[in-house]
Amino acid sequence: MIYGADVSIVLVTIAILFVLTYYKKWGWLWREWLTTVDHKKIGIMYLIAAILMLFRGGVDALLMRTQLIQPNMHFLKAQHYNEIFTTHGTLMILFMAMPFIFAVFNVAVPLQIGARDVAFPYLNAISFWLFFFAAMLLNLSFVIGGSPDAGWMSYPPLSDLPFDMGPGENYYILALQITGIGSIATGINFFVTILKMRAPGMTLMRLPLFCWSVLGACILIIVAFPALTAALALLLIDRIAGGHFFTMLAGGNPMMYINLFWVWGHPEVYIVVLPAFGVFSEVVATFSRKRIFGYTSMVASIMVITVISYLVWAHHFFTMGAGPGVNSFFAVASMIIAIPTGVKVFTWLFTMYAGRVRVPAPMLWTLGFIPNFAIGGATGVMLAAAPADYQYHNSYFLIAHFHQVLIGGTVYGMIAGMYYWWPKMFGHRLNERLAKHAFWWFNIGFYVCFMPQYFLGYMGMTRRIFTYSPGMGWATWNLISSIGAYMMGIGFILIAADIIYSAFYGERDTTGDIWDGRTLEWSLPSPAPHYNFAVIPQVNDRDAWWESKQQRLEGKEVTALQYKSPLRPIHMPKSSGRPFVLSVCFFVAGFGLVFNWYILGILGFLGVGLCLILRSFEFDTDYYIPIDEVQHTEKAYGRLLHGEQ
Amino acid sequence: MRFLRFLPSSKIALVLIPFLLSGCGEQYLLFNTAGPVAKIERNLILTTFVLTAIVVIPVIALMFYIIRRFRDEPNNSAPYRPEWSQSHKLEFFVWGIPVLIICVLGILTVRDTFRLVRPTTSMNGAPLTIQVTSLDWKWLFQYPDQKIATVNYCEIPTNRPVRFILTSDAPMNSFWVPQLGGQEYTMPGMAMRLWLQADKPGNYFGSGANFSGREYAHMKFNVVAKPESDFQQWIKQTKSTAPALTMDGYKNLVQQSVVDKQTYSSFPPGVFEQNIKSEGGMYMKHELKEATD
Repeated sequence: MIYGADVSIVLVTIAILFVLTYYKKWGWLWREWLTTVDHKKIGIMYLIAAILMLFRGGVDALLMRTQLIQPNMHFLKAQHYNEIFTTHGTLMILFMAMPFIFAVFNVAVPLQIGARDVAFPYLNAISFWLFFFAAMLLNLSFVIGGSPDAGWMSYPPLSDLPFDMGPGENYYILALQITGIGSIATGINFFVTILKMRAPGMTLMRLPLFCWSVLGACILIIVAFPALTAALALLLIDRIAGGHFFTMLAGGNPMMYINLFWVWGHPEVYIVVLPAFGVFSEVVATFSRKRIFGYTSMVASIMVITVISYLVWAHHFFTMGAGPGVNSFFAVASMIIAIPTGVKVFTWLFTMYAGRVRVPAPMLWTLGFIPNFAIGGATGVMLAAAPADYQYHNSYFLIAHFHQVLIGGTVYGMIAGMYYWWPKMFGHRLNERLAKHAFWWFNIGFYVCFMPQYFLGYMGMTRRIFTYSPGMGWATWNLISSIGAYMMGIGFILIAADIIYSAFYGERDTTGDIWDGRTLEWSLPSPAPHYNFAVIPQVNDRDAWWESKQQRLEGKEVTALQYKSPLRPIHMPKSSGRPFVLSVCFFVAGFGLVFNWYILGILGFLGVGLCLILRSFEFDTDYYIPIDEVQHTEKAYGRLLHGEQ
Repeated sequence: MRFLRFLPSSKIALVLIPFLLSGCGEQYLLFNTAGPVAKIERNLILTTFVLTAIVVIPVIALMFYIIRRFRDEPNNSAPYRPEWSQSHKLEFFVWGIPVLIICVLGILTVRDTFRLVRPTTSMNGAPLTIQVTSLDWKWLFQYPDQKIATVNYCEIPTNRPVRFILTSDAPMNSFWVPQLGGQEYTMPGMAMRLWLQADKPGNYFGSGANFSGREYAHMKFNVVAKPESDFQQWIKQTKSTAPALTMDGYKNLVQQSVVDKQTYSSFPPGVFEQNIKSEGGMYMKHELKEATD
């Protein structure tokens, strides 16, 4: 199987190189994409990478489900199975969920707040390329040297020397470390963007709920990711420099790793799910043709989740010998999270109430999410009851729970966001028929796959076992679960097919406001010009674009949005190839350290240093788009300018 | 905490058990309990299930109702109020109901959390102590008072609290016997306690619950519960017929391997405590003393 993967990787690479050379697209690729600092293009690249990683992680999942179809199956060997579940978890959380939310951040946030780019465009490009090359580094492990095999949490002592000699764990540590730098930078970037770059008149209480959720997620990223960085750095020192932070033999303690990991790990699940909540809020309001119900409650619940998610991490190890006092605290804190989450579900329902509900693809995924998350949330509360967790911990009940909330929350949310903003990204919408088929395959498959796993948990099946004996009663449910997984796979293929089909035949969006939207991004043409707003809008209301449309319907002059003030030259950042080069250097350094080739490692870091130094001596980093060009572009979009009819 | 005991969790649960369990075979180990610890946990599981269902079922029903009622169709006569976005009365309930439910759940959870750190029934005489060590990829059980040892199975008397003292001489794992009660981690250099008790004779499935390497899937064992007299008989027989576990034998066991059930008439004295100390327990003298006493 590994040789098969080797061969296919080589073939695909050759094919890509050939196509690029044949159509003379190298220059185009470099100028338009690899060096871009435009948030919309970076968002698109994040999206493509996330979908590719979803594919890779999904194949992992199907391999595992195939192995578990029946007792004593001989499809995968133990070692292979362990590597696959480790990379499945790592890829899905850090290289699928994270870039997927960053894709949506990048695509939507600046447009929603009426900004021309993010606060630090150059840093944004660095974030993307660091993530990208970290993902490549992790994927490389499969073909060079061996994948990590100690679980996606990689608890020591199992992940420490001498229980795990191979390079796999090094790949894991370095890939996570590199992408972590990018994630922290993205967190800071969007935190500043939302706080500092809102259009005039957009007070915080007029901020679209998606941006509120991004703000919450960014606060979580900024505070949580350093804990992961510290944990991984210490583990790396243990592994390559003979440290003893996590081996008790020399006074270290594995509990320290477990605490640090989950101090990051629990907020992490809210990092990836909060933006999904934001997407649902936008989608529900738009497709109910109604203001969001209980905006203040929504904002409050986002912020409550942001804070309390830091106080629950120990619920990941109720059974590691903490006293009843500690367990009680973390049990109750974990349950409290259910309150704001429940509030959100109710407010979405009341938003639809007395509205006019349309159900195209984005809304379909949103509606699919609600029962999912209600059940997943309920099982979360059941897990939070510490004494009951003594029975659930590490069982398939837990597996079913977190897949239900992470897929039902994050993946459904991001797919809803993808369908919702696809016209804004590419200028055409995705095909509805294919989207509906994809949804139903995925959604039904999802229940078929994960509901049986609750029962398996009640039967005492533990996670991460590659085989089980007959006679436990597990076989039937496992078979059903695997069938569900294949159905989800079909759903994914249909989504991919939709993307390819619609690129050629999808309905073109000429209005820029295909959904009859409410927020500022729909006031722009699709796809948006690279400077976004020719004139920065003045915001007077929560749903600024909806209000201006209402005013126009009432025959009033539209005061809010269009071209009130005269055009000025637009200040934009210049493209740069250095984020790409910098990330390649990080990749080289990481690859060197994986195999303890220190010379290569040092060379990589020298390259990183050189890039930083060159950047600090660079002064020519921005330019102005002249008025003529802006006028020309706007006319091409069919937008006549003020005083120029 | 005494007043908390009057809360009706177990009553609610008892009423519901017949409904929930009809159709459940005995393969649902968590519900097919065989001891007081597992019963407390099962009742809490059922209570939380019922209380969360109070929210989940109406939410799903409400969703389908609302979509039907307010679909965007030309003839839909349902009211359309695009600006309606605030209702303090509704928001009071939206926050209030979850708060109430979580309060009840929180109280029950705290009550049971404190209940399970000590034996759940009053003890007649001394509890049985079993020292458990998770190894790569097998389970070693030592009976410090009886001076015998077993691998991949252990026998216990019924109706007597058993104190499992857990550690690891390999990567950490988790010791789980679903029908007798929850699990607890085994960690190198530490000694953790888990109180379990079997009320009826039987063969109870146990497994390692935390991933610990290549052949982790094979870390299964049985806990065999039998009446006190049969248990004493087994001890006697083991002491007279089984081979001894030597230090070399122990070192052999620690190596990575999958082995079958084994029984030993004796083990090197102090090997359990020595392992904890040498794996880092020497830095935690207080905890070590508390756990192994």
